[in-house]
Amino acid sequence: MTYHNPSTTPRKSWTFDDYALSEIRRAAATGIYDIRGGGSKRHLPHFDDLLFLGASVSRYPLEGYREKCSTAVTLGTRFAKKPIELKIPITIAGMSFGALSANAKEALGRGASIAGTSTTTGDGGMTPEERGQSKTLVYQYLPSRYGMNPDDLRKADAIEVVVGQGAKPGGGGMLLGQKISDRVAAMRNLPKGIDQRSACRHPDWTGPDDLEIKILELREITDWQKPIYVKVGGTRPYYDIALAVKAGADVVVLDGMQGGTAATQEVFIENVGLPTLACIRPAVQALQDLGMHRKVQLIVSGGIRTGADAAKALALGADAVSIGIAALAALGDNDPALNSEYQKLGTTAGCYDDWHEGRDPAGITTQDPELSKRLDPVRAGRRLANYLKVMTLEIQTVARAAGHNHIHNLEPEDLCALTLEAAAMARVPLAGTNWIPGVNGSGGF
Amino acid sequence: MRTIDLSKSSLRELNEDLHRQNSGANESSWEILNPRGAHAVAVGIDAPISINVKGSVGYYCAGMNKQAAVTVHGSAGPGVAENMMSGRVVIKGDASQYAGATGRGGLLVIEGNASSRCGISMKGIDIVVKGNIGHMSAFMAQSGHLVVCGDAGDALGDSIYEAKLFVRGSVKSLGSDCLEKEMRPEHHETLTKLLKDAGLNGVKSNEFKRYGSARKLYNFNIDNADAY
Repeated sequence: MTYHNPSTTPRKSWTFDDYALSEIRRAAATGIYDIRGGGSKRHLPHFDDLLFLGASVSRYPLEGYREKCSTAVTLGTRFAKKPIELKIPITIAGMSFGALSANAKEALGRGASIAGTSTTTGDGGMTPEERGQSKTLVYQYLPSRYGMNPDDLRKADAIEVVVGQGAKPGGGGMLLGQKISDRVAAMRNLPKGIDQRSACRHPDWTGPDDLEIKILELREITDWQKPIYVKVGGTRPYYDIALAVKAGADVVVLDGMQGGTAATQEVFIENVGLPTLACIRPAVQALQDLGMHRKVQLIVSGGIRTGADAAKALALGADAVSIGIAALAALGDNDPALNSEYQKLGTTAGCYDDWHEGRDPAGITTQDPELSKRLDPVRAGRRLANYLKVMTLEIQTVARAAGHNHIHNLEPEDLCALTLEAAAMARVPLAGTNWIPGVNGSGGF
Repeated sequence: MRTIDLSKSSLRELNEDLHRQNSGANESSWEILNPRGAHAVAVGIDAPISINVKGSVGYYCAGMNKQAAVTVHGSAGPGVAENMMSGRVVIKGDASQYAGATGRGGLLVIEGNASSRCGISMKGIDIVVKGNIGHMSAFMAQSGHLVVCGDAGDALGDSIYEAKLFVRGSVKSLGSDCLEKEMRPEHHETLTKLLKDAGLNGVKSNEFKRYGSARKLYNFNIDNADAY
């Protein structure tokens, strides 16, 4: 009798999945780690894991489109003579001219100005296009100090001392040679075509005691007019925010690991830092412990996509949120209409992240003059303004449903969590219970 | 001459007064008494005025200076003349870390010694140190000139770009991608002018060696990874 041995279904390893194997092959072929733009792509506990409870008998809602729900935010009320007044609680995060085309920077300024919010320079200095089109412009003070000068410092509406960012807390930057045009090279005072490293630490201060003196210097140079922000990546938010407040910050910007970068190592993006959701409560706790919540404003960034995400961050205690990747998507980055061109680059719309190579078919993350021309800054700015308006309406929608007449009245009690991880990180109860893992032990209800 | 005594006036009043000179109503000569190690003395000036600080200062004296001539008759704390754009800053004593950091123009003269990271990330400033400098000086220095009449510490010019370094004494060690280079006639000319501008008339350019970038780390190459 012959025995038939049935074949089993070929089984791929969960551990050595297609992506892991492709990365091993890529490393073996090139001898260099992978560099890319964007933020963490791995599945992380996020705002999707939270829900708003809404209103019912125990709490009553406000009428949509009728009863007022204010969205105005004032940033920098602690020391600055001229705080920043924004119409909406969403700002545009720092992105450099160099990483982005001049047209993209102009579009960000246009969109933000229409919507009544601020945009932010990046690691490359301030361009006239950006200053001209941005009603409210935050000037980043970075370790590289590329393009830094006191005239631009005085032209800015606020100054953001960048200590780190969520995509690479503890890492510097790299703008590869192919994106160093004559103009970018001149602004940064470096030869054209070389890889430009941005340092991971500031050249003239280390630690919180020095930071306090650095902030004093910046205030003295600008006659105490402008709010001084301190931006940190999500690492040890309780201590970092407390130290930033101690150093004299007017505003703290906290960027979780889903926050984007123009370029850094994949290993850094995916393996260093805290998810945005896990950053907010420790940061707010630090502010509350110091009696500074709402006095030093907290801006949260990293993976904010919708008004719901923004509203959840606000409910957890943020004063505003900031967007980067989402703003680029609104301009036209990764648009499926360009899919055939993304495929020529070995990727597909929605996945393109080789922003450092400067070949962006959308004309955003490039310095190529022909590609840059594809982005119409007026039209793209309008798209960004539309998107910001939708986000704001969404925030108001859930805030009214929770019975709030100002978005800052959103609170953790408006939320529940769908997963244990999110409940623990956001310190809100698991849905249907009053259990907050790590905070209380009861299972209740 | 205008005299401001920091034992009687606040730092804010001093800098506010100095910033008023930007508008053209210039009081051209200033004297600052009793700085007593204060931070951010005479920062953000944008006027062709002369300032004599009678004593030692803390961090960031003359930070982001434009046009002004600032002389500190004492020693300076960290980051003196950081990001200076133009003008002239003279320290009669010693300077702490990061002297002239990220400076983009002007001349910084340190008559004593400078500590570590002198000229870090410099972007066009000229720095002349009559004494010695500490370790990691001219780290990631982009452009400008650093002249050292004494000795240099460890890792001079690490990851240097196009700045030019001239050292008269010994160099304890060179940093990654920094090497000794030939002193050509144009370098003697530049150095002679810098020494003259710094008031060092008795020092000859042929007593110096020049150091600069090997330019091997300008574009990433995995075979150079051991350099870091």
